[in-house]
Amino acid sequence: MSDPTTMTGKPALTPPASAYFIEERHDPEEAHTLSVLVDNEPGVLARVIGLFSGRGYNIESLTVSETEHEKHLSRITIVTRGSRAVLEQIKNQLVRLVPVHRVTDLSEVARARNQEKPLERELALVKVAGKGEKRLEALRLADAFKAEVVDATTEHFIFQMTGRSTKVEQFISIMQPMGLVEVCRTGVAALSRGAEPS
Amino acid sequence: MGKEMTGAEMVLQALRDHDVEHLFGYPGGAVLPIYDEIFQQEEIRHILVRHEQGAGHAAEGYARSTGKPGVVLVTSGPGATNMVTPLTDALMDSIPLVCITGQVPTHLIGTDGFQECDTVGITRPCTKYNWLVRDIAELPRILHEAFHVATTGRPGPVVVDIPKDVQFATGTYYRPNGQGRSSYQGYEPRLNGDPTQIERAVELMASARRPVLYTGGGVVNSGPEASQLLRELVAATGFPITSTLMGLGAYPASGKNWLGMLGMHGTYEANMAMHDCDVMVCIGARFDDRITGRTDAFSPGSVKIHIDIDPSSINKNVRADVPIIGDVGRVLAEMLKDWKARAPKPDLGAWWKQIDTWKARRSLAYRPNADVIMPQYAIERLYAATKDLDTYITTEVGQHQMWAAQFYHFDQPKRWMTSGGLGTMGYGLPAALGVQVAHPDSLVIDIAGDASVLMTMQEMSTAVQHDLPIKIFIMNNCYMGMVRQWQQLLHGNRLSHSYMESLPDFVRLAEAYGCVGIRAEKPGELDDALAEMIKVKRPVLFDCRVANLENCFPMIPSGKAHNEMILPAEADSEAEAAFAGGKALV
Repeated sequence: MSDPTTMTGKPALTPPASAYFIEERHDPEEAHTLSVLVDNEPGVLARVIGLFSGRGYNIESLTVSETEHEKHLSRITIVTRGSRAVLEQIKNQLVRLVPVHRVTDLSEVARARNQEKPLERELALVKVAGKGEKRLEALRLADAFKAEVVDATTEHFIFQMTGRSTKVEQFISIMQPMGLVEVCRTGVAALSRGAEPS
Repeated sequence: MGKEMTGAEMVLQALRDHDVEHLFGYPGGAVLPIYDEIFQQEEIRHILVRHEQGAGHAAEGYARSTGKPGVVLVTSGPGATNMVTPLTDALMDSIPLVCITGQVPTHLIGTDGFQECDTVGITRPCTKYNWLVRDIAELPRILHEAFHVATTGRPGPVVVDIPKDVQFATGTYYRPNGQGRSSYQGYEPRLNGDPTQIERAVELMASARRPVLYTGGGVVNSGPEASQLLRELVAATGFPITSTLMGLGAYPASGKNWLGMLGMHGTYEANMAMHDCDVMVCIGARFDDRITGRTDAFSPGSVKIHIDIDPSSINKNVRADVPIIGDVGRVLAEMLKDWKARAPKPDLGAWWKQIDTWKARRSLAYRPNADVIMPQYAIERLYAATKDLDTYITTEVGQHQMWAAQFYHFDQPKRWMTSGGLGTMGYGLPAALGVQVAHPDSLVIDIAGDASVLMTMQEMSTAVQHDLPIKIFIMNNCYMGMVRQWQQLLHGNRLSHSYMESLPDFVRLAEAYGCVGIRAEKPGELDDALAEMIKVKRPVLFDCRVANLENCFPMIPSGKAHNEMILPAEADSEAEAAFAGGKALV
């Protein structure tokens, strides 16, 4: 056997191809949408959010509501960004929380089913104030985006629009010159496409 | 069938139903109803500490030396915040603790009431789980759940925060259902390893030429059977074995395959074996940064098998090629069965020969001194004097802790209590109390440093009150030794605030507490003084004056790989060089 201290010794087994150090900072990052089913207990949301802030993970969007009242189950939808290793760690850490039933990486599910993305929708309320031509233009644009007028006076509209986040972004930026006052967005709600559950 | 009782009565009944015999605590306004119940019974013994942190570490020592959960009872506000350190310590080292805290009455929550704090908010990140009990009807379920969560899967600390009005309220108590299942559907720790992965692991182990077993606290936590199975696996395979700080004793230090502890202050042979192995079997350890050194240069040529009950430990720091999620004991049993079904043992002759050349470097050697007690010598003599007795060792944190790990040899699990993950100075003295409570007739020694021991010194008063004859063996070098060592090696020997000025006279301090004080200043005095310490059936503060400026070697400097260790022989000249410009390395 050659001297192993010099690391020239050929290992009897093929070393794995993957890098060992998963903390490599330059790993490419990707955004994933996670669906987390939890017992709706006091503090459960704080626990999930605390996990993200405490371990330095990103939250790009967060949506939560009780979805099965009899079972007191809530669904938390989180859009997060990280390297593959970090995303795996996030899922494992979430599963470790006592009230967490299931963590589904909807982006992985979509990939496995040869779909581009999971079904993701967001709702936005957009308040626009103005008169005359701008007001009419705002209304025309809203129509093109299939946004609905849910509140109005002679001086303002509130539009309700739903769609993918990119479409919401687009609508908001297009409303900017029309007298945009303020915006409220729900964050992403998501399910996997197809008949099977996520 | 349920029984009507108050919340405070329920707490005591639940403790009885979970076979709790000892409780560590400190009373206060918000827990008085529970203390009133304690007063009216004799089954459960309450140990009054002097500071809540002491109760927490005592419960940790109790838990670690028995395998049972440690139970703590403290009041609201400062009582709860003083528990934050032990809870975090227990979380890092996977120690089962059930901490019951009092809380201001429900109607005062959120009003900044006297001694109010957001206990569940503050302890959320430092517990495995916690509950605020808002309704007496919830109390029995939560108490049983607390014991279940603390002790199953990867063990850890839990907090049950009970407002004072809930302690007074009357409700129906029911006993634990005995099914050993959680009411949380999502909480079901995986115990049995995947058989295909186990088979793959055994296959790799059988074809290994340079294997190493790297074991950790998970083996100890899994129970005595796991340690037994580990010994059988080592005997069956002939593999060399090393362990983390937390796993010492699972495999006997006197065993012939033992390489010593690995990691930053581990032996040369253990770290070199880790670096050069072709198959690494990690059993109940978590690739902590003190173990791996630089992860991108960590054991570059090996296939890694990782057994852990916590899925989040796998692939966290180091990529596992064969992950096996499950209880160490159960997985080892399966592995052993698979291994024995295979005929030939791999020939490891060349590998052992290589290991012997590393051993010959004598990485733990130190320069003996006839005039000054060398710290390593102190531990060697302590070991010689106590190894044949029924001894338990706790430590504080720092150089003395590393020397204890290097020079005190453990042949059994649960005999070694130390703060590994969090590195809590002040852990050892109260932990020794907890161990002594659980093992009243055993010899319990805290190997301490002069700086650490002052952090929880007040608990000597607890030792006296409860007749707990703990021995505090202070390796007194008049420094925060590890801080000083790092300052010497990394910060140009600018010893910023690491000199312990105005240390108390520990012998007179012992006397002030009503304990026994012993001092040894010369190597020649040590053995007699140790014999006296062992003989005394009262708490002892032993002031062992050791060489002030001795450094702890071998050492892997931060940011270096396992094969870049500094050995004691080369320490003086090479250490400085290796560390030059190393300030950024932390």
